[in-house]
Amino acid sequence: MIISVASGKGGTGKTTVAVNLALALPNGHVQLLDCDVEEPNAHLFLYPKIKETKPVHTPVPEINYEQCDYCGKCATACEYNALVVVPQKRVLVFPGLCHGCGLCSLVCPQDAISEVPRAIGVIKKGTSGDGSIALVYGLLNIGEVRATPVIDAVKAEIDPAKTVIVDVPPGTACPVIAAVQGSDYCILVTEPTPFGLYDLKLAVAVLRVLKLPFGVVINKAGVGDRKVYEYCEKEAIPILLEIPHDKRIARCYSEGVPFIKELPEWQERFAAMMKRIEEHEQ
Amino acid sequence: MKQLTVISGKGGTGKTTLVGSFAVLAENKVIADCDVDAPDLHLLLHPAIQKKMEFKGLKVAVMDKSLCIECGTCAETCRFNAIASSEDLGYVVNPARCEGCDACVYTCPQEALSLQERVSGYAYLSKTKYGPMAHAQLNIAEEASGKLVTVVRENARRIAEQEGCDLILIDGAPGIGCPVIASLSGVDLALIVTEPTQSGLHDLKRILEVVAHFGVLSAVCINKYDINETVTEEIERFCREKGIKIAGNIVYDETVMKAMVAGVPVVAFETEAKTEAAEEIARMWARIEHLLHVGS
Repeated sequence: MIISVASGKGGTGKTTVAVNLALALPNGHVQLLDCDVEEPNAHLFLYPKIKETKPVHTPVPEINYEQCDYCGKCATACEYNALVVVPQKRVLVFPGLCHGCGLCSLVCPQDAISEVPRAIGVIKKGTSGDGSIALVYGLLNIGEVRATPVIDAVKAEIDPAKTVIVDVPPGTACPVIAAVQGSDYCILVTEPTPFGLYDLKLAVAVLRVLKLPFGVVINKAGVGDRKVYEYCEKEAIPILLEIPHDKRIARCYSEGVPFIKELPEWQERFAAMMKRIEEHEQ
Repeated sequence: MKQLTVISGKGGTGKTTLVGSFAVLAENKVIADCDVDAPDLHLLLHPAIQKKMEFKGLKVAVMDKSLCIECGTCAETCRFNAIASSEDLGYVVNPARCEGCDACVYTCPQEALSLQERVSGYAYLSKTKYGPMAHAQLNIAEEASGKLVTVVRENARRIAEQEGCDLILIDGAPGIGCPVIASLSGVDLALIVTEPTQSGLHDLKRILEVVAHFGVLSAVCINKYDINETVTEEIERFCREKGIKIAGNIVYDETVMKAMVAGVPVVAFETEAKTEAAEEIARMWARIEHLLHVGS
């Protein structure tokens, strides 16, 4: 089973929920994928032993000038303006604009374009310090624009024999879609504030487009107002868990400690949430 | 004209809370919300929309099923996992993953595919109590958020030129990718809002590298600095070593949340006494103005 943890708004507690949920499940049967490849944080709570680091590449065109006749068909075909042909002189390639779709090499009548890999990030594989969780996370290189190929590379490591928990980046755009797609269930983490509510509604709209079942975890419960609760009731969205605004929990988070380790009564609550999700799926 | 962008790497550190307050404190500026996929600044500034513009982002492949022979060439061509086959529907395009590259259109032997424009969101020009505002909303499950950020910034620049404003105040997105980079190019100062947590510090280090990569001057604000003063000291030490200015630290103050619930920037929130956080934000703004030389 694949469960993604998403939010719309940043900083609501996705990583907190993903990590504590992973730790609440039976040892050795969980894989955690951190797909927030721009700012991954799950590893800060799991002290992993990294066993493997793999580069992530995206293809970019390379011009063979012995064959190129500067016809310009590649530049015309490219939807991203990643190629510019200077007649009889050069073909300028802008790797930052290239999406790696391969169309330029398909349309070239001279077969003068090949594709070469360009590194845009890495993925890291390992296990949590206590050995209980398999962890995979991605890191987009500094200055790179496109996170989705790195997210796809993290997701290519899915171990179907395990319960897979996917930590999703914030927002509602392409990286979120890439991360949540293929999940069996999505947990939306929000906070009971106007910002939390507005962004929750956007995230709900995304999941409805993708036709994914979902429920809500309310983090920092007790702050803000009751409008998130009213919204969930009106929309018949299940509230799976409430995590209170609690100094001990905030302290654990700030130190990089999963709060389930300090407050063991939460073990049961996360396990119960998992049970509820599994029952929903049957 | 100067441009200030407020970003954070990590989400939820308080970017919008700060920009909302800066909008009150700064004079003669245009406000730009460049978090186009989950914008929240309008919840504090309540813009009255004057003009709404369609935003066309990436195109999308559209399949004519009456011509499709289920050969699968399109799915083999697509590099974005945007075309897949299911038993009941055959091959279909998933618009949420399509990047509009045109490759499937080119390889389809039946000419069953075509590339079409799509409206990926809307850009708005608005008026607020505190000045003009450019903002946008990307439609859900869309690509090209960076392009829409560029549209918002162009709109803000146009207003600033027309109205003779000295400053563009930009609320950025979390992360370090496409929309963040689009909100950084050519700005005079990037204010990075962090919090004293291990995640905050980790993400601060990455976003500072991005800002340096693009040659932009940065300053740091540690929000809720008192929730873990050990980590706050760690962040301050790190910034000192890197020669990065701390624009200010803001105390954890429940009034900030009350102001957000009331839909008001915290420095404009009327309480019996001036709150600590509001005073710290005002002092920080004075230092930022100095860094920007707006006042000079």
